Amino acid sequence: MSKRQYFLHGMRDGMPIAIGYFAVAFALGIKAVAAGISAPESALMSLLNLTSAGEAAAIALLGAGTTYVELAFTQLVINIRYLLMSCSLSQKILPETSILHRLLMGYGVTDEIFGISVATDGALSPYYSYGAIAVAAPGWTLGTLLGAILGNVLPARIVGALGVALFAMFLAIILPPARKNRVIAGIVAVSMAASAGLTFLCERMQWTGFTEGFRIIVLTVTIALAAAILFPVKEASGEEACHAD
Amino acid sequence: MQINSILLAILAMAGVTYLIRVLPLVLIRREIQNRTVRSFLHYVPYVTLSVMTVPAIFTATASIVSALAALAVAVVLGLRGCKLPLVAAAACLTVFLVELLPFVG
Repeated sequence: MSKRQYFLHGMRDGMPIAIGYFAVAFALGIKAVAAGISAPESALMSLLNLTSAGEAAAIALLGAGTTYVELAFTQLVINIRYLLMSCSLSQKILPETSILHRLLMGYGVTDEIFGISVATDGALSPYYSYGAIAVAAPGWTLGTLLGAILGNVLPARIVGALGVALFAMFLAIILPPARKNRVIAGIVAVSMAASAGLTFLCERMQWTGFTEGFRIIVLTVTIALAAAILFPVKEASGEEACHAD
Repeated sequence: MQINSILLAILAMAGVTYLIRVLPLVLIRREIQNRTVRSFLHYVPYVTLSVMTVPAIFTATASIVSALAALAVAVVLGLRGCKLPLVAAAACLTVFLVELLPFVG
């Protein structure tokens, strides 16, 4: 595929992300204004940060009053999962990918763009990422801006219906491989059950410090590591002969 | 230091978040050979996406009924291997239609 085709492909797959982002960001914009952040500031925050959980936490902190150190540390804890995703993506891009491409792709490592990136066939092209970012980042930023300006003008019902787009997309990413591979099917089932259980437990025990971002990283490390030890992946390329025994 | 500039606060958090995202991409420049690490990174997306979907999807809509309906539609279409935008659109439409029902929401 040409660069242009990769870019268009990324835009196409990025559309549901942009729609889902718009819906989530709209709600975020409303919260930002309520916390005393202006509409342009909230839009800038979304453009530069591109992270739902991190921004939601920042808005809560800024509304209550906080320090730069606390704010930065909160982002580190909530967003540390991107570190794992980037590690995973570093194996999906060609080793000769230039530093500039790596620096630009890094901006777009979100849960959702990561999701569609790992689902692409073969090596990940930077242009695919750029295509996805080209629609997703404006969706996120405009959603925040409009939410901050328009507040509750848009009917909650429509915004709510859009909010489910992201989750449907995640399912569309993980289910086809889960159907073909029993280990992945098991991992998906265990992960969902553990996540639901842990969330329920946190609410029951009122562990407010155990945020969603923290839950994601704890479960990801635990379950993926257990799976890696129990079911090491057979190499698909090159090394296959070594593991044929 | 107490925050006196929202702009500076935004830049601080953006800096931290960008570094988290970009460092592995810049620092890991070759294929990892260790089989356990490779397997771990291979499984990461499936766990992360599963964990992010459940239980968040149940509270993403105005009613758990519409969320369950959307989940069912997404699972069926996802298992059939439908394209991402189609699955997403179908789930949104499901939520919208189900919430029009008088006994939902």
